[in-house]
Amino acid sequence: MLVAQELVVTKRLESVSASFRAGEVTAICGPNGAGKSTLLACLAGLLSPDRGSVTLDSALLSNLAPAERARLIGFLPQTPEVAWDLNVETLVALGRLPWRASPEEDAAAVEAAIETMDLAALRYRVVTSLSGGERARALVARVLAGNPRWLLADEPLANLDMRHQMLLLGALRGLAKQQGLGVVLVLHDLAQAMNFADRVLVLVDGSVLADGTPQGALAADVIAAGWGVEVCWLGKDGAKALATTG
Amino acid sequence: MIRPLPLLLLALLIAVLLSLLAGRVWINPLHPDTPNALIILTELRLPRALLALIVGAGLGAAGAAMQGYLRNPLADPGLFGIAPGAALGAVLSFWTGYSAAPWTLPLFSLAGAAGAMALLTLIAGRNGGVALFTLAGMMIASLAGALMSLAISLSPTPFAMSEIVFWLMGALTDRGWHEVWIAAPLTLVGLVVLRLAGRGLDALTLGEDAARSMGMEPRRLQAQLIAGVGLTVGAGVAVAGIIGFVGLMVPHLVRPFTNHRPSALIVPSALAGALLLLVADCVCRVLPTVSELRLGIALSLLGAPFFFALLLRMRRGLV
Repeated sequence: MLVAQELVVTKRLESVSASFRAGEVTAICGPNGAGKSTLLACLAGLLSPDRGSVTLDSALLSNLAPAERARLIGFLPQTPEVAWDLNVETLVALGRLPWRASPEEDAAAVEAAIETMDLAALRYRVVTSLSGGERARALVARVLAGNPRWLLADEPLANLDMRHQMLLLGALRGLAKQQGLGVVLVLHDLAQAMNFADRVLVLVDGSVLADGTPQGALAADVIAAGWGVEVCWLGKDGAKALATTG
Repeated sequence: MIRPLPLLLLALLIAVLLSLLAGRVWINPLHPDTPNALIILTELRLPRALLALIVGAGLGAAGAAMQGYLRNPLADPGLFGIAPGAALGAVLSFWTGYSAAPWTLPLFSLAGAAGAMALLTLIAGRNGGVALFTLAGMMIASLAGALMSLAISLSPTPFAMSEIVFWLMGALTDRGWHEVWIAAPLTLVGLVVLRLAGRGLDALTLGEDAARSMGMEPRRLQAQLIAGVGLTVGAGVAVAGIIGFVGLMVPHLVRPFTNHRPSALIVPSALAGALLLLVADCVCRVLPTVSELRLGIALSLLGAPFFFALLLRMRRGLV
């Protein structure tokens, strides 16, 4: 369980409390400037809040050594960059850096991550030559190679077309359900959050506006209050889509 | 992928043997009847060859680490301000006249490098960010450059002035064992520190946030870089003066033979830097010029077109 307690970051977050469960996909949604990325950076241990704390299975995150934290929490930044002409296999192998494991263990973890993200055919391709969707898969595989118990990703769907968005979210959901990975995603696409997340946390102006099931936290009135847009959800069971009414 | 290490080691072995034989006086190994052959070998050629290896290895590895740290293939150890700091120290030893004693010039130079390292740590060390660090390095480099110009313009005698200008060009002429004893241990420690920074540099490939999420500690990595580059480049400048472009060229030449991870580049770059400097020094020695071509000038003549070609290639890639 990853728990944020009354996090305060000056001008960004005002006393945000939320808990995240392993085996679930949680989406953090909110309008621009709501503090989503700030919250995620705090959860990943990259930003120390001015007040409040983040605990991982009741241990303070700030007390963990950086390498130990890195083995537990994998993080995918908003604008992932890859310097140098690494091929896919070398990129994925970077995910093993927090571990000081044997070459065999490293190779096995890299192999598993490549397989999970269906990258075997692209293994020796240079990352910069990949399409956006392939690149996104390779970057996620890098995080998975570290065998983290948590995967935190800041807008992982940016620059992906709808099919690749659904493939990526489906894969992450599968990992949460099958391997008990805790997945926390900052998402802008509310329809994807509604369809793929187990839970949604809505942040507005640095505070939690709603926290609960997608149906509750992304109800039309919450969207109206948070984003200032009049919308309604289409479709009852199964996939839902968003339509503007205002 | 070709494994570069065995090839480089073999080339180094051949180059060292040739460098011992080549020079104004050629030594024929089959008929070693050259007068004073033993003295030429042990007192002139061997220390000079070792010095070329040490300085070249330091500059090559420092270049590879710098490019990894700044994630920029055009980065050069000179950007850190450590080489200009070391050169300023040496200039001051000429200016004050202390350079006449055999150990003082390198010691002044090392003090200059240490001063630049301390200043870098003081300015950029607090937050560990790469951008602030680069700017601080450039500021220190230009400050040291200005102070050097000041020292030259105010030099007490025309002789001191010409000595300073000549020394700044960089060379391995007339160096002996005591320069080897100064540079070798410092460079070796520096190389070990740079190699240890390899994991952090690998993580930095994915950007600062991703690197920190993988357990990279920015301040620690920065301290490793300052210490590693400071020791290797500082020791190099202290014994050989300013020799540019090695740190820029070598990692480029080596990179295609590796998996492009910055950590995989450091040791091969050290070996290739050693090879480049040794060969360049031999060429300078055997060229039939009136006075020997300065090594620093030779490498700049080689490096500047290289840099230019690189820029053109990058421009093609960008357009």
